[in-house]
Amino acid sequence: MNTANQTAAANAAPYLSVNNIEVIYDHVILVLKGVSFEVPKGGIVALLGANGAGKSTTLKSISNLLGAERGDVTKGSIEFKGTRVDQMTPNELVKRGVIQVMEGRHCFGHLTIEENLLTGAYTRSISRRELNDSLEKVYHYFPRLKTRRSSQAGYTSGGEQQMCAIGRALMAKPEMILLDEPSMGLAPQIVEEIFEIVKDLNGKEGVSFLLAEQNTMVALRYADFGYILENGRIVMEGEAKELANNEDVKEFYLGLSGEGRKSFREVKHYRRRKRWLS
Amino acid sequence: MTFFFEVLIGGLLSGVLYALVALGFVLIFKASGVFNFAQGAMVFFAALTFVGFTEVLPGWTGMEPGSGGVFWLSFALALMSMVVLGIATEKVVLRPLVNQPPITLFMATIGLTFFIEGLVQAIWGNTARGLSLGISDEPVMWMLDEFDMMISKFDLIAAGIALVLFVVLALLFQYTRVGRALRAVADDHQAALSVGIPLKHIWAIVWGVAGFVALIAGLIWGARNGVQFALTFTALKALPVLILGGFTSVPGAIIGGLIIGASEKLAEIYLGPFVGGGIESWFPYILAMLFLLVRPEGLFGEKHIDRV
Repeated sequence: MNTANQTAAANAAPYLSVNNIEVIYDHVILVLKGVSFEVPKGGIVALLGANGAGKSTTLKSISNLLGAERGDVTKGSIEFKGTRVDQMTPNELVKRGVIQVMEGRHCFGHLTIEENLLTGAYTRSISRRELNDSLEKVYHYFPRLKTRRSSQAGYTSGGEQQMCAIGRALMAKPEMILLDEPSMGLAPQIVEEIFEIVKDLNGKEGVSFLLAEQNTMVALRYADFGYILENGRIVMEGEAKELANNEDVKEFYLGLSGEGRKSFREVKHYRRRKRWLS
Repeated sequence: MTFFFEVLIGGLLSGVLYALVALGFVLIFKASGVFNFAQGAMVFFAALTFVGFTEVLPGWTGMEPGSGGVFWLSFALALMSMVVLGIATEKVVLRPLVNQPPITLFMATIGLTFFIEGLVQAIWGNTARGLSLGISDEPVMWMLDEFDMMISKFDLIAAGIALVLFVVLALLFQYTRVGRALRAVADDHQAALSVGIPLKHIWAIVWGVAGFVALIAGLIWGARNGVQFALTFTALKALPVLILGGFTSVPGAIIGGLIIGASEKLAEIYLGPFVGGGIESWFPYILAMLFLLVRPEGLFGEKHIDRV
């Protein structure tokens, strides 16, 4: 039904594909109700939606960090490069090249920036020299981190912590980074800086990104393709440019509307279409 | 003045040994957030297992009782038992309780205490034994001649062993890949998981190391006071050390141990006579309580880094 939209994803071989997954927290709370999507190799895909739509849960079900929060993928499957990965530990997944940068940055506050970066290479058994090369590469993309390399991460600014978290993930030499809410709590200028680096990494290092964002406007500017989640379902998808120009998206997520302010009663609830795959 | 220094040095030396017990608590608390009440029982387990092996090995292998071979073989076997005990504890008791509230984990370690105490006495019997490390508890002659001070040779060597252990552990934590991962896990479990650090391995390593520390503590304390049930109470002496030094700091445990050791001996000598003596046994707890009022996170406890 949406062939035009999916051509971009379909042309590339399915790289990461999420098929109709359902996630339940604590055995009772149904959070994802059948979510399916694909990320092509070398793409930047944005998962958009309001608070509690299930963006973070989707990322965590891919990276398998749900277990630590008593969540469980009860239905569906997740495949990365043709292999099912939904029963793997995060450790195995990182070794395969999929790593998550968590929401809220989660740097190791009492470790220095450089030590933080080094922990990212934990899963790689490499020589000291290769380790230094990786460090230099991260410092190349994030020159700011180099100037703060020996400060405790807990005392650096929010932007630097976000850079540290992304840099730490890079140290694992990933093929795909799941980036959760990189703009959270940061000044617009820093957000741009970080997204520029993401774009750069995507272009030069060939890292694919799956991006969960509330900041729809910025995310759609840098992503190729977008999916909109609402209440644990994907309600809309499309090329990033199309989505950015879509009237409904403009109204609901970008806060723009043609007719000026509306009364609260007239606001329609967005439930246009459900998608059920496989 | 000589007498003052004699008391002070004696106190500091015994303080190092308190620190040794406290270290076991700190390691586990830092890495997994569990206050391991069973640490004292582990010390007892280690000492009794060692002594048990030194008793039975000559019969099994025909080695001469008290020989070096028996000593090192017993040490190796006891070490293996401790590592196995530590890893088994992590696997069987604590892993099923992951994500439970801290109080649940704490209760589990209390239960574990009784289990370990029962198990080790069921295996090796419950009579008090002596334990000899081949170091005599006599004054160092050189100190006696030069400064007229009585410093126990045993205490000096025991403190030396403990200090070497501290330094080695500190270097491992600071500069190795696993050490870094350990500190990362201590800081943020979730983030550690997200970069692919396998928590289960790390916890197993921590419990293994805690077992090793318990063995060293058990040997030294056992040689000093005899291997008996009272050895489990060494853990109680570690509590004021932890409160003073902070539950999450290895250097804190050492400094805390030194302060507790020195102050209790000095208090006994200089304050004791005013209150009828015997204050050595409770003075550390009073000190810890006063300290709680002023600085609840301890001298070196990790301050919560808050960005505002």
